Amino acid sequence: MDIRLDGVCHSYNDFEVVSDITLNIASGQIVCIAGPSGCGKSTLLRFIGGLEIPEAGRIFQIGAPPEGCLNPLTYIFQDFALLPWRTVTGNISLVLEDHGIRGVEARNIIEDVLARTNLLDFAKALPKQLSGGMKQRVAIARALAVNPAVMLMDEPLSALDAQTREILMDDLIKLWSRQPFTAVYVTHNLQEAVRLGHKIVVLSRRPGKIREVIEIDKPLHLREFGDVDLDNYQRQLWQLMREEARAADAELLNV
Amino acid sequence: MRNYSMSEPRAPKSQKVPNGKAVSFRGSGFAPKSRRWVGFLVFFVLILLAEWGTRSGWISALTLPKPSDVLETFGELYQSGLLFKHLSPSLSRLIVGAVIGVSVGVSIGVLIGLFSYIRSGLVPLIAAIFPIPKIALLPLFVIWFGIGEGSKYALIAFGTFTPTVVATYGAVDNVDRTLIRMGQSFGLSWWSIVRKIVIPGAMPGILSGLRISLAIAIILLVAAEMLGAEYGIGAYILEAGSLYDLERLFVGVVILSCLGVIVSVIISFIERHLLNWRN
Repeated sequence: MDIRLDGVCHSYNDFEVVSDITLNIASGQIVCIAGPSGCGKSTLLRFIGGLEIPEAGRIFQIGAPPEGCLNPLTYIFQDFALLPWRTVTGNISLVLEDHGIRGVEARNIIEDVLARTNLLDFAKALPKQLSGGMKQRVAIARALAVNPAVMLMDEPLSALDAQTREILMDDLIKLWSRQPFTAVYVTHNLQEAVRLGHKIVVLSRRPGKIREVIEIDKPLHLREFGDVDLDNYQRQLWQLMREEARAADAELLNV
Repeated sequence: MRNYSMSEPRAPKSQKVPNGKAVSFRGSGFAPKSRRWVGFLVFFVLILLAEWGTRSGWISALTLPKPSDVLETFGELYQSGLLFKHLSPSLSRLIVGAVIGVSVGVSIGVLIGLFSYIRSGLVPLIAAIFPIPKIALLPLFVIWFGIGEGSKYALIAFGTFTPTVVATYGAVDNVDRTLIRMGQSFGLSWWSIVRKIVIPGAMPGILSGLRISLAIAIILLVAAEMLGAEYGIGAYILEAGSLYDLERLFVGVVILSCLGVIVSVIISFIERHLLNWRN
């Protein structure tokens, strides 16, 4: 299933957030949306998943979601969004219960996704017992459980420390290599963008417009920590964003 | 071990105490811990003091009854079988009234927390009826629900209702919105989100509100029983008070205190079991 954004515009109280975004997200690709803070990248992701409605423009799902898909557009949130009163298993079964999946069928799905995210030993743990990286793994497992057509990842690694982030990036690459998934990956971290993105969309700030789309052909499993090619891409991206990031930093917040 | 840098300053080899002042510790206090036996000790010392004072005479018998006499009166009450005759109607009034008040309060509180129109319509109304001393409405309840049990249930229910509503909608407001967004993004039904995310998330706030509501329920129980009840702790206290029988008055008061402590212990027990997911 592909996603197509067609001339998406939106403003909050006369304040234009995103402007005329037209973008294709092809099946089996990870598209990173990068940009300085305040470029409306998270807003864009909420539009794609139907959590908010844009003022103008439309978003299309092209083609049917894969068979056995329970929730075509599935989010992974920055702050994990796990229910603290449910165990790891309970958090995953939460999203299955509403589809009438219970008992043995649910157990099989849960076991499968826990195995894929290396969480089998933590099935009975409560979120408070887990580290940040483990919590995000649970959130990834939960997303995999509904067999999504497109994963919408909103700064999924931004709440983690640098080392955990590195480990989770490797895990995501392994997961993708084993079974390619479609994802829209929003981040302000350029290193994540060049490691995980097949396509990187750079947004400008206020209003968020597409400034540049960079495609990286190097296969994901060959991209490594400290890769020279990737460093060049990263440098290129940073040069595009630098001035705007500075402006974003110097801005007074009107809240 | 390798030396990476020769120019780096080295730690002095001698273990001699350097000149200067040791850094003094200033991070103590502001972290109260639970010391269970202290509570019992405070009770014990106060009772002992009262006993000693009344025995030696510097507290007159009209000021305070002798604790040992109070205990004796309690023993008589227990042996005559009157204790349960007073206690059981009181308990049933407390339970029926509180259950009605709390369940209606939690339901309305959740609705206020979830729907804009209900919120805008009911919050001012709740604010208007919260400060009314419910005891003042007792005559009204007697007309509405009769002199029997109905008016007592109504008074207790009404008294527990308002604090429960306020605590519940405050607790619903405090449920993490990202969890609700998450539920929506996974396509959970409205009822599932309320049942599996909103209510468990609001539970800590609801339970701490329950502590206040149930204490108010005990206060109102006595008030209700002072007006037209043959049996009940309130009736017992009223009777003792009008006869200036301080021993019996104190027996009644002690029973109420114990009731309060028991309710508090029950809520703590529920909290421990229901909220063990908290840090």
